This record gives sequence, structure tokens and C-alpha cells, in this order.
Amino acid sequence: MRLTDDLIATDIAAYLEKHENKSLLRFITCGSVDDGKSTLIGRLLYDSKMIFEDQLASLEADSKKVGTQGENIDFALLVDGLAAEREQGITIDVAYRFFATDKRKFIVADTPGHEQYTRNMATGASTADVAILMIDARKGILTQTRRHAFITTLLGIRRLVLAVNKMDLVGYDETVFNDIVDDFYTFADELATDLEVQPIPMSALAGINITSRSDETGWYEGPALMEYLENVPVGDRRRNAAFRMPVQWVNRPNLDFRGFSGQIASGTIRPGDKVKSMPSGKQSTIARIVTADGDLPEAIAGQSVTLTLADEIDASRGDALVAADDPAEVSDQFQVRILWMSEAPLLPGRRYLLKIGAKTVTATINAPKYGIDVNTLSDMPAKTLELNQIGVTTISIDQPIAFDPYDVNRNMGGFILIDRMSNDTVGLGLIDFALRRASNIHWQAMDVNRDALAEQKAQRPAVLWFTGLSGSGKSTIANALQKRLFALGKHTFNLDGDNVRHGLNRDLGFTDADRVENIRRVANVARLMSDAGLITLVSFISPFRSERQMARGLMADGEFIEIHVDTPLEVAETRDVKGLYKKARAGEIKNFTGISSPYEPPQNPELRIDTVDRSPEDAAEEILNYLRENGFLGA
Amino acid sequence: MPQLTHLDRLEAESLHIIREVAAECENPVMLYSVGKDSAVMLHLAMKAFYPSRPPFPLMHVDTTWKFREMIEFRDRKAAEMGMDLIVHINEDGMKEGVGPFSHGSAVHTDVMKTQSLKQALDKYKFTAAFGGARRDEEKSRAKERIFSFRSAEHRWDPKKQRPEPWNLYNTRINQGESIRVFPLSNWTELDIWQYIRREGIEIVPLYFAAERPVVNWNGVDIMVDDDRMPEELAKTAVMKSVRFRTLGCYPLTGAVESTAATLEEIIQEMLLTTTSERQGRVIDVDQSASMEKKKQEGYF
Repeated sequence: MRLTDDLIATDIAAYLEKHENKSLLRFITCGSVDDGKSTLIGRLLYDSKMIFEDQLASLEADSKKVGTQGENIDFALLVDGLAAEREQGITIDVAYRFFATDKRKFIVADTPGHEQYTRNMATGASTADVAILMIDARKGILTQTRRHAFITTLLGIRRLVLAVNKMDLVGYDETVFNDIVDDFYTFADELATDLEVQPIPMSALAGINITSRSDETGWYEGPALMEYLENVPVGDRRRNAAFRMPVQWVNRPNLDFRGFSGQIASGTIRPGDKVKSMPSGKQSTIARIVTADGDLPEAIAGQSVTLTLADEIDASRGDALVAADDPAEVSDQFQVRILWMSEAPLLPGRRYLLKIGAKTVTATINAPKYGIDVNTLSDMPAKTLELNQIGVTTISIDQPIAFDPYDVNRNMGGFILIDRMSNDTVGLGLIDFALRRASNIHWQAMDVNRDALAEQKAQRPAVLWFTGLSGSGKSTIANALQKRLFALGKHTFNLDGDNVRHGLNRDLGFTDADRVENIRRVANVARLMSDAGLITLVSFISPFRSERQMARGLMADGEFIEIHVDTPLEVAETRDVKGLYKKARAGEIKNFTGISSPYEPPQNPELRIDTVDRSPEDAAEEILNYLRENGFLGA
Repeated sequence: MPQLTHLDRLEAESLHIIREVAAECENPVMLYSVGKDSAVMLHLAMKAFYPSRPPFPLMHVDTTWKFREMIEFRDRKAAEMGMDLIVHINEDGMKEGVGPFSHGSAVHTDVMKTQSLKQALDKYKFTAAFGGARRDEEKSRAKERIFSFRSAEHRWDPKKQRPEPWNLYNTRINQGESIRVFPLSNWTELDIWQYIRREGIEIVPLYFAAERPVVNWNGVDIMVDDDRMPEELAKTAVMKSVRFRTLGCYPLTGAVESTAATLEEIIQEMLLTTTSERQGRVIDVDQSASMEKKKQEGYF
């Protein structure tokens, strides 16, 4: 089993010929330290000679000093950075480990099993072919086991090893093993219908059924763990699926060559095959499969290649080349499952970036339909998603994309969500199905268009977005400005936060999620008003940068004018026109901006108005000048 | 049916990563250290964009104490490949005459390598830098992501790593931040050697055993590469058949006694050997200088 082939010493060239053509298996181990996961990985590394003498010496020393195995080697110490990590307060994470046997190279995603590491486990599972679920024979199937099985199958793993460990502590009792396996099967049916489970009784510590079958479990007829890992098929699922390749890079060294580079997500491709470029749907034929080692007669899932087409069709990064006779679907609205990965909860209605394949689009995530309790696998009501929570929801994106459902194709149906302000990766998502086909989307084309409506009023539409703390003077300035515009014969409308909350947004409170929805609705109303050709004045605290950004994105270029009414908190609080600050300080109002809820000031507003030493009329005049200079008020 | 071998899959993953950086990052650079991992990384970059050239330059942070053979190899290789090569030297350190013999390995490495790298990245405003590090090299690397983010001060925060599910990489950065990208993350030392052999990649001859003048300095055999070695020390030189398992500054790179003069013999020696790769690298043994700490300070 160890990588000590006699050939290494006797005929290295022959050895290398033999070993250059190993296959690669990626697997994930799920379980906690107590289940013996670290011991198992340590042993796999040791048995495949991935440990050198200097490391072994320090391992032996550490084992005697801090190990839990008396004079024996404590394999767990090999992989456990855990103690040190806890001391340093570092989040325990996915670690990747490598070993090889004479048959295969292995990449192990090593993840901790507790609920707070769900996101790490999902990340490790996303690329794994096989999952090893560690179970303590003395404890049987626990809540934790269900969670591990659920997450790994959610991410598409269909081969599970049920590693019933610590069999030595139950006297290698066959009944104990069988009971655990039966237990598992009763709930495995709920996970996926095409699941292949391999239960193995073992003792990682004693090395039982790890590399070869042991006499202690004479009643067991299945493979030892390593036999299983060396022989389980890899990559065949993707291979037989329809051809898909996201275009990652358009390769244009000169005018005569135009290639589309990417990693083949699924299927097989040959010159002469008909393909379509999605979402455009334009069809062509593969001319060449270009690589630095010469053209290939065929390329398969997993390879990174460059394809040239027989026709000049327009495809760019983010499009997908797909089999013409079995193309991917195209849509801009989906039902999805999302695993939330950020400390800050999901804000339904807020716009996030969504990256799928080589494409990044803007997505609006609707309120979850329900959440999934990862421990009981039952549905539960959810208004938002917190860190490590999984939920089912719908999303809409700003342009149609080509996709396959995640369960059909991992690389065509899996996406990440990115927060537009922090740039953090905040979620992982799986597309279930499209809510409608993009071909059904038709905007009502209007004969009397927005330009005509604005022209009629001799003005350019604009949305003047006043943002600032409560009591900063937003409404007062907006009122003064509206009077001036009216006097000039301009067509305006004043959307005021307090007033809208009495009607359109009566159902919304002041939580972060409600604030986001509040602004989403108001921004859309403002958009309709500017379509009508009006100059719209919007006075809302709108404390979050990303919502103002969202509003800006809704409007035509140059029509959104952000005006920061920049009054310091102390000044606004002294004014306290409505007596709100006093109540907020007394704790009578929760989530009050500036006191118990943050205000994110604009970084590059079109205008910043200092209100401390000037009258509202003065401020209105400054805004009026801006509108005049930028051509909003007509000739 | 043809099957992808482990080397095929590693290569395809690396090509995907390299292309992704070129497609999404504004101003990338490939850090080229002239070692065997850099040689593989450069080879992969050439493959990723063929028949185009990689759309980024190479950069070597030259401490001025590299083996002379490395410098010759570097300049020849860049020219052969048609790649732009930026060589950066910390001029402040040069003026002060910083070197390993006079200042010790810790100061030398900090000034001529770590500080110098930061200088170079700031000077050219690179937003992404490829590095040839592998996860099997060291414990803290095993947990580092393929796309590893650095603050404006080039610090690594292990607590703020982005999840990397599937092959989807979030390459967005805030003002002043930059990314280190490790396309060889999932390769092991053995994979590297096997790939060098399969692809016929040329590497610096110092990896192969030959008779070379060496002296024993601080318990490690180092090679006499030029006359900057203190005379007292240089006088003790003896000829030995040695090779190098890693390449860096010649006074900080331990030679191993060996007769392995071909790739096959090197791999054979490696497979039969009993000590891990970094043992010959003086920088790692230096007191309390853990890789993790160095990285938090900005050492690649």
C-alpha cells in the first residue's frame, strides 16, 4: 500500500511510466475530532508514505508529550492544527491534503463537522467525488451524521462512505454495525434516489479495514477503505452529459485566429460537432480543438481547451458553447437553493452580484419561501437567511443566462453571491429550475416614449435623491427646491419618506430587511416618475450605500443625482424637530439611524450640502444651479 | 475511452485559474522565482493562452544574492518565451549593503525579499500576482485559498478568506487591495517533478548533481558562488557532488550531497529520501520565523 514500489530503487523509468498515468480522486471527510477523523487522515498520509523522517521524528516526540495514545503514535497530531487555531482564534476551515498510492492521487478536503462550519463543508463538498461520513460506533447515527449526509448530497455527491469507526471499542460486534447501517438507510432515501452508500466497519486508530480487510471483522465482506477509494469510478457522470463549455477567454492573437478558451464543464467534443452559443442561440460547427501540444481529435469534460468555430459568430466571455442538439436552457428568473455564508444576513430585495460559469450578473434575491433545518431536514419558516442557513427562494437577474439545473450539471447550475459593497462572497447557490423562459419576456413597447414625455415638459427628467440623518433638513430643502422649480414652470413630484410610509409602505417596519424593501419600492416609483418625464425629489434617510447604489442603477445614466444633506449627528439631534432622538436615546425607538442603526455616508455624491450655517433656501438655490448647468431645466 | 490522468486534471485546473485572472483582474503579473515551480507555472501560462502570449509580464524580485546560473537562466528563458520581464531590486537595501553574510538571513530576507516585493507591487500597482506556492509545502499553506487577498499593506488575514466552491473565484477587490493567486495549490512536489518530466520542461542545472565548491556555514553546506563570501569562510571550500532541492539566495540555500544527475534520478532520490523539502532552506529554520507569521507580514 505504501508508495514503496520496488521499482523505485530498481527501475525508476519503468516506475515513472507506471505512475504518470494515475487517476485523481477528490474526496471530503466529514466528522469531528472525536469521531477519529484526524486519526484517519493522519493514517492515510502515513500509510502512503507522505510523511518524511524529520516530520515523523517530531510526530513521535509530540505523541509522547501531548498525544493521547501513550507510547504509540497519535496520528491526529499530524493534521490537527486545531488546538493552535483555537488559541489564535482563527476560524477553523477547509484544509486540503494530498496523498498518493500506486493507483491514484487523492485530494482530501478536510472539514470540521460542527454546525458552525456548514459553509466550509459545502465548499469542500462542491468539488468532491466521494464523501466519507465518520460515525462513532458507540454513538450511532447522530444529528450530526444527518447534517453531513444532507450537505454533501445537496452539493451533488452521490457516493458516500459510511465509516463506522471505533469498532474496536464495541468488540467488532456485527450487530452494532448492522443496526447503524439500517438506521442510515431509513433516512438516506429522503436525500437522493440515486445515492450509492458503502458502509465500512473500521478502527482508524488500530488500522482495521483501512488499507486491507482485517480478521477482526471476519463477518464483513466489503472492501477496505483504501480499496474502495482506489477503485470507485471518477468523473464518469460529467463525461456522459451533453457538451457544455463556458467561454472564459476569447483568444485573438491576430486577425486570422479567433478561439474560445474554457474548461469543458461536461460532455465530449470533436471537430465537426454542431454547437450553439448561448444565450444568443447562434449555431456553428467546431473547426479545431487547439492546444499548445497540437490540435486534438477529441476533448472531454474537465479539460481546458481552445475551440475555433467554422463560422464567425459573436460569442464573448460569459457565454456558453453547448451541444446544438441538446442545448442549455436560458432564463433570467429561477428557483434556487441558497446557503448563506456571511455574518451579515441576507437582505431580500437587495441586489447582489451573482457569478456562474464565467458570467457575473446582478441578482435580486426574493424573501425565502422557507428555510431547511439541516438537522431534521424539515422545512421551517424563514424571512431571511443567517450565516450557515440554507433556504429555498426565487431570484431574478438583470440579463438572461444559459444554465442547467444543478442536479444535472454542477458547473452549469452552481453560483456564488457577492456583496457589492464589501466584495465578500456571501452565499453559494444551486439552480433548481427556471421560473419562465427568457423568450417569453416582452417589455411593452410604448409609442409615446419617455423622451417624448420629457420633451413635452421642456425638461430632462431627474431623480434628486436626498439622503441624510433624521432631522438633517432633507424634506425642508426639498420643499424649498420644489417651490422654486414650480415657479420656473417645471414639472415635479415630491416623494417623502414619512408620507410614503403611511401608504405604499405601510406594511414595513425599520429592520434592515424592511429598510431595504422600503427603498426598493420607492426607487421603482421614482423610476416610473422619471419615465413620465418628471423631476422627482426623493427625501429618504436611505442609510445603506448599496440601496442607494441600487436606486442609481435603476435610473438612466446621469438621471440619478445623489444629494447628501450632511448634517452632523450632534446638530440633527439638537434640532430634534419631531422629538425622535430623545425617544431613541431613551430606548423607546429601536433601529434608529445614527443611534442604534448605522448610516453609511455617500462616497461620491453629486452634491454635498452642509446645513449648519445656511438656510434651506440657500441650499435649494445651489441645487437649482446644478440642474441648470447640467441641462435639466431645458433652454 | 481516454481518461484524464492526475496530471491532466491538475494542468486543466491551473489553466482555468490562470485564464480567470487574465480575464477578470485589471493588472496582473506573474512572480517568477526561477525555481522549478516557477518553471512549471510559466509553462502552464504559455499553454493557457496558446497561440496568444500570456497577457501579463513576469517579475523577478532579485535580492542580488541569487545563484549566477539562476540569473542567466532567467534572462534567457524570458527572451525565448517572448515574455516581458521586470527585475526589481530594493535599491535602499543595496545602498545600505544588506546581505546575508553581513546582516544575517532574517534581516536580509526581510529587506531584500519581503520589503522589496511590496515595493515592486506598489510601484507597478499590480492588482494580482501569481505565485508558485503549493499547499503541500507547509501547514499554513494547506488552509490558504487559491485566490488569497492582501490588504493595502499586503497583509494576509487568515480569518477573512473567501470560500471557493466549484471553480468559481471571486476576484473583486477594494481600493488598494491585491490578490496573490496560486495556480499550483493542489500540486505536490512529486506532481511537479512528474510534470517536468512529462512535458520536458527545462529547469536550472543547479537541481542536478555536479561537483561544486561548498563550505559549511551554520551547519549547512552552501555553495561558493562568488567572491562576496567572507574570505575566511571561502577558504574552507571543498569540492563535493551536490545538488539543490530548492533555489534561492546562494548563502541561504543548503546543498544536499547527491549523484542524481538526471530527472529520473532526482525523482528516485526524492521518493527514497527521508527528509522534507524545506529542510535545506535556511530561512525556515531561522528562529521563530514561521511561514504563517511571515505571510501575515507580507512575505508572499
